[in-house]
Amino acid sequence: MLLVLVGVSILTFLLLFLTPGDPAETILRQQMGGRTPSLEAIEQFRQSEGLNRPIPIQYVDWVTDVLQGNLRESYYQETPVSTLIINRIPATLELAVAGMAVALTIAIPTGIISAVHKGKAPDYLSQFAALVGVSMPNFWLGYILIIVFSLQLGLFPVAGVGGLESLVLPAITLGSGMAAIVTRLVRSSMLEVLDEEYIDTARSKGLRERIVIYKHALRNALIPVVTIVGLQFGYLLNGAVIVEIVFQRPGLGALLIDAIFARDYPVVQGLVLVIAVIFVLTNFAVDLTYRYIDPRISFGGESA
Amino acid sequence: MSETLLEVEDLHTRFATREGTVHAVEGVSFSVDRGEIVGVVGESGSGKSVTARSLIRLEDPGYIERGSVRFDGIEMTDADDRTIRRVRGDGMAMVFQDPMETLNPVFSIGEQIVESIKVHESPEKQGLLDYLNVPLFSSRGKRSQMRQRAIDLMSEVGIPHPETRVSAYPHEFSGGMRQRAMLAIALAREPDLLVADEPTTALDVTIQAEILQRIRDLNEELDMAVLMITHDLGVVAELCDKVVVMYGGQVMEEGPVEDVLTNPKHPYTESLLGCMPQTCARGEPLNVIEGRVPSMVGEPTGCPFASRCWCSSESCTSGELPTEQVGDDHTSRCHHVEELSESMEAEQ
Repeated sequence: MLLVLVGVSILTFLLLFLTPGDPAETILRQQMGGRTPSLEAIEQFRQSEGLNRPIPIQYVDWVTDVLQGNLRESYYQETPVSTLIINRIPATLELAVAGMAVALTIAIPTGIISAVHKGKAPDYLSQFAALVGVSMPNFWLGYILIIVFSLQLGLFPVAGVGGLESLVLPAITLGSGMAAIVTRLVRSSMLEVLDEEYIDTARSKGLRERIVIYKHALRNALIPVVTIVGLQFGYLLNGAVIVEIVFQRPGLGALLIDAIFARDYPVVQGLVLVIAVIFVLTNFAVDLTYRYIDPRISFGGESA
Repeated sequence: MSETLLEVEDLHTRFATREGTVHAVEGVSFSVDRGEIVGVVGESGSGKSVTARSLIRLEDPGYIERGSVRFDGIEMTDADDRTIRRVRGDGMAMVFQDPMETLNPVFSIGEQIVESIKVHESPEKQGLLDYLNVPLFSSRGKRSQMRQRAIDLMSEVGIPHPETRVSAYPHEFSGGMRQRAMLAIALAREPDLLVADEPTTALDVTIQAEILQRIRDLNEELDMAVLMITHDLGVVAELCDKVVVMYGGQVMEEGPVEDVLTNPKHPYTESLLGCMPQTCARGEPLNVIEGRVPSMVGEPTGCPFASRCWCSSESCTSGELPTEQVGDDHTSRCHHVEELSESMEAEQ
């Protein structure tokens, strides 16, 4: 787990140095209202921020700071990166969780219905809807929803944060793509499980079909779904970047995009690290969930 | 004359496949009396498992084309779901072949037995939330009572330390123990008929003997009839009162075990007996039946065994099979029954 974090931080560090543009020049130009900064000024900025030192040394310096709980300050705003992130995190998490909730509420029932009525009308309908959902780009769906529900019907605000109303459209935008993927996953996983012998055992007991499906089959079918949903949570944060821009929500995504364009290295590095931590933690949570739904998985030295 | 419990008449079960219709079961008839142990033997692909599954209406993805399955006065072939569930929960229980696949891996053994008890006690009232053990929707007192009954059942089928094993999961059980657990699940419904589809095929011989003994004991103690599906004539000889020999989806010979095994009246039964390793002298190659099980796709014509039979003639390749009475309750479906008995007498 730690290895993942180290790897991610090294990669972002290197990638930043591979991107064209000199942060010192970009930043100073902006600070000076668009005028070209003098060579001395650039040199001085590099000196003060440690940008002229070898990259490995810079990395070690940064890691040392991070380990001491210091994510450094933004080049522009004179505020600690940690403060920036903490201010922005609620909006993004709220969006990701809401998006996930939308995705699962749509996907699990649809997937089950689709599998149970395989090859019949409900199946084709949901498969088609899933295809549309997968193919539709987030930003496009976002604008369509804004046009229809905000501008024409006036049901929800166009943009911004605050209250449940402003969360509805972004959550639908973000959740729909994932709903489509998860629907197909639930369907195929369910179909596989319904072919298992223990489903016939359950039926042979005289159980109702409803109990066979929602107790015996679903519990088994959810095992692979939990893995993918956990992984998808990371991509959901990804998608949040785009959705936040469409709906002008001040979240981590918007912060990240701004920081990348402005070559605000400390902010980019801090953000990527935080996102990686969230990713790793979700995967850990997924592993824990496994143990609950699949008794065959046990941790530690328990004998099977 | 004892009472007939299960009566199968002219059962046809088919599968629609891309290659054509598979005639898995073609006009099978037999009956099981109360408390009787009936064996169904045949090679792989002879339709015996499909027959068993059709009885309890688990023939899907196949379908019953025609014929009747009458269980305790209930016609199963056109019964509604509710009736089928009632029979499954109360009258006819099934044990499947591979215990590694037939227990749900995510529920404890105890839970799976308790479910079976629950169905048996109130087959009509099956609330989803109750079965999911959601608090408030399922009574805890009743639950612990059923758990105790599950423990009793586990010791009845010979699972050691049932008090601790009741909360174990299937992956913590060996194959033999799992099959016992399956047996306990079946017994929880106090069935009149146990349909056992090759229950010991996937187990090693010592365990096989124990499980068979257990089934025989239960048959005697509970007066539970057993329909034993097997390919092992040894199992039939040891356990059954009556035997039905199947081939190509049809019944070849039927009669009391003694009669059929010592005095077979059908060339297929004879060939099958000849294939038992015990009948072969040491060092000699084992006997085999030449040829292969015929494809079951398309309308069958004549005797399915004709292509592998030493005494087949023109008449065997077309038309219906005759049903020849060859003894008390002993029938053979062969055109050449008389020649066969003559040749056997000559041999002796």
